[in-house]
Amino acid sequence: MTLDLAGAILLVAGGAFLFLGGLGLYRMPDTFNRIQVGTKATTLGTVLSLAGAGCLQPEWSFKLVLIGIFLLFTNPLSSQVLARSAHRIGVAQAPETRVDHLAEDQKRGRDES
Amino acid sequence: MISDILERHRQIVGVFAALMIFWVLLNGTVAPDVLALGAVVALLISVAFKDTLSFFSDFRFTPAAVWATVLYFAYFFKELVVANLKLSAVVLHPALPIKPGLVKVRTNLKTPMGRLLLANSITLTPGTLSVEMDGQWLYVHWVVMETDDVDEATAKIVRGFERFLEVMYG
Repeated sequence: MTLDLAGAILLVAGGAFLFLGGLGLYRMPDTFNRIQVGTKATTLGTVLSLAGAGCLQPEWSFKLVLIGIFLLFTNPLSSQVLARSAHRIGVAQAPETRVDHLAEDQKRGRDES
Repeated sequence: MISDILERHRQIVGVFAALMIFWVLLNGTVAPDVLALGAVVALLISVAFKDTLSFFSDFRFTPAAVWATVLYFAYFFKELVVANLKLSAVVLHPALPIKPGLVKVRTNLKTPMGRLLLANSITLTPGTLSVEMDGQWLYVHWVVMETDDVDEATAKIVRGFERFLEVMYG
């Protein structure tokens, strides 16, 4: 009974974070900020949902833990690769962007060579 | 005698143990036939790839490293939750108070696995996203940038994770 309640709460919390991630995707001004909200909110949202599912179906726990581990390793990796490719092909950044050390260093490297 | 062999083939033993644990978790049973099949395949993989699975071979199998791993995960999950709450507040704020910037930070970690875990951890925590890595330099996208100074940014973004990863991987 307690486990059912905990599972339900975790599932709702996970869903809330996933929703906020979607809202963030809509509200953020450029690719990089969208990737940011996309990565963090979906990771925690999915981990919470997995935990909730584990509470409701304890016999699934082992596999849910495995899914969680895979997710924690692969999710940031894919985001990083997306962000890097976006930067390499010169995707426009939001006008609010303050500094871009990467572009500065790349320009310096080109000037020197 | 046995401890001698274990010492010489530490990497194989480490990979083998990890693969076996993984296999048992995946199957959810310790039936003899399942264990036997898993042992054969795990042995083949750990011998064939003993030099390339750096996740295990770079890991320092010392009590301090194991304890650092536990602390690292605790710190990581705390940071993950904080990251999400902070970003949720930004997303829900009517004015969307972002101050994005791509800042450069420095890492003292030497091993590829240590650096990978650092980059991953940065991506999953407060408003920061690893974009590019060049030797000891990491370029991080920051949603609400607090500083564009390399040393200050390093202290804010990198140090928290690095102090554990240094012990685990060096």
